[in-house]
Amino acid sequence: MYVAVKGGERAIDNAHAWLAAERRGDAAVAELSLAQIRAQLSLAVNRVMAEGSLYDADLAALAIKQSRGDLIEAIFLIRAYRTTLPRLGASVPVETAQMAVIRRVSATFKDLPGGQVLGPTFDYTHRLLDFKLAAEGEALAAPATAAADLADVPHVTGFLNRDGLIEANPRSAAQPADLTREPMELPASRALRLQAITRGDEGFILSMAYSTQRGYGRTHAFVGELRIGMVAVEMEIPELGFAVEIGEIELTECETVNQFKGSKTEPPQFTRGYGLVFGQTERKAIAMSLVDRSLRWAELGEENSGAPAQDEEFVLMHADNIQATGFLEHIKLPHYVDFQSELELVRKLRAEVLAGTEAAE
Amino acid sequence: MTDQAYNFAYLDEQTKRMIRRAILKGVAVPGYQVPFASREMPMPYGWGTGGVQVTAACLVPEDRLKVIDQGADDTTNAVSIRKFFQRVAGVAVTEATQEATLIQTRHRIPDTSLSAGQILVYQVPIPEPLRFLEPRESETRKMHELEDYGLMHVKLYEDIARHGQIATSYAYPVKVEDRYVMDPSPIPKFDNPKLSNSPALQLFGAGREQRIYALPPFTHVVSLDFDDHPFVPSKADHACDLCDASDSYLDEVIIDDQGGRMFVCSDTDYCGGRRAAGHVGRLGEEAI
Repeated sequence: MYVAVKGGERAIDNAHAWLAAERRGDAAVAELSLAQIRAQLSLAVNRVMAEGSLYDADLAALAIKQSRGDLIEAIFLIRAYRTTLPRLGASVPVETAQMAVIRRVSATFKDLPGGQVLGPTFDYTHRLLDFKLAAEGEALAAPATAAADLADVPHVTGFLNRDGLIEANPRSAAQPADLTREPMELPASRALRLQAITRGDEGFILSMAYSTQRGYGRTHAFVGELRIGMVAVEMEIPELGFAVEIGEIELTECETVNQFKGSKTEPPQFTRGYGLVFGQTERKAIAMSLVDRSLRWAELGEENSGAPAQDEEFVLMHADNIQATGFLEHIKLPHYVDFQSELELVRKLRAEVLAGTEAAE
Repeated sequence: MTDQAYNFAYLDEQTKRMIRRAILKGVAVPGYQVPFASREMPMPYGWGTGGVQVTAACLVPEDRLKVIDQGADDTTNAVSIRKFFQRVAGVAVTEATQEATLIQTRHRIPDTSLSAGQILVYQVPIPEPLRFLEPRESETRKMHELEDYGLMHVKLYEDIARHGQIATSYAYPVKVEDRYVMDPSPIPKFDNPKLSNSPALQLFGAGREQRIYALPPFTHVVSLDFDDHPFVPSKADHACDLCDASDSYLDEVIIDDQGGRMFVCSDTDYCGGRRAAGHVGRLGEEAI
């Protein structure tokens, strides 16, 4: 007995109610507050802000709570919210040389003006489960910190530049395109590429960068400098005629220095890869700078070895996890109609092949 | 109930204007894929974000909206999109093809003929008909520019050489007004003839791929074929088991574990209308 599938609407409502109950989980366990998520899952919050392209830790925390900790889902919530917001304008470029650094390391110089600042890093922790954390109510010894050094921290690449050892990177006053307001056109400018990569999926960018290290388009990267800290965001106010500070954001910046033997157009010198990401997002910033460098092969007159990380269209068109997950998961939606037409085609092709075999026998 | 927190039909007016410009350009150059700055929508890419944006840009408060997925009004995603527009635009909705002023569809063209003044909005996953022959957008745009469709003809020819026929059963490529090769979205090729000379305006939206294209009313659309292998729209060789229609596209439904099958119209409104008019199929009595 066939009954046409009805009741999609009721099924959806019930599914949503079930989802809400699952999100809350055991009601005997205290509910997570946004302040807790923001304070104690701050690296997740940072990732959601970076890939959601919206610097708002409270909204990111809300998205993480609402998405049950599925960070791509949380990023999606933020993106869908962000796209409804009006754009007031563009800030003046942030001055990362004036960053109030909490971490700043260089892998190329043992010591340098501004100093090496290790900061709150996992780097030298032993990855042993800390069972003390399983017991609640831990008391922490206050870390010894110096007050943030507010003197400018000059960029390592600036020292190299003075000797002409690294490619010049002149300032440009050009307004970069905004890939959230204009369709991506290829080939893209470097500014647009960096925009796409900084909001791209961390895992994808990581793997792309890793592939260049293993020989699929070598980048020979040294971390010239990695820095994390707060920078001021300033905006030109037309009525005032000068820029005023409208807020502060935390950024991670990575500049790689890459060996370069020279090409037909460029002398031997070091070249740059650049990564800049919202929040403390060190892995992403380093990966970004490698991928950036790798995509610059044409401009530097290097050879294209056909590696995926050298292929701008491949990288840019597949870096966005919201696009990727949407298209991937949509195949679970009904495809009865297409499948039906395939069924008929396969039956017809089979019938012809089987008839042919019989005739031959 | 309209949700007052959002602009009419969700998108802000600036965004709608940008989308309308793309639509107008698409109408002016039928079959040409117009890039547009697709927004993130509150449903995932792949769920019809392109169609939803086109619908949002076209809707006016007087509209009567119909949403179908696989030909049916009651599939979950059709329900969800219809509900979305009820919430953010407060427009009237209908399941009757003839009563709708705007129909958003996924994978089908209604079996009831459309009329002048209606808009049919298609959800498109991959707008580029050449994509599976050439993965690079930079290349395929050039091929369209130069009207270089040799690759497509070779593919169709190879199908015939290998299988004796063109082995594409849905998303079957068409040529628009003798110029652009166009992907009609994943409709079964049975629906292809309905693309041509339709009195309705047909709009195609691909959100993730950031493309809009259009077929203005009475556009000449031809399914690609060869003189000695003409295009054949095909469907299951049955009549609908509920309404006895022999001119509608059919879904095959497994009804038991003994290999039992029944065939029913994929267009639920068309099937319901015929049954209301007294047509009864092979299993129609039992099913009521």
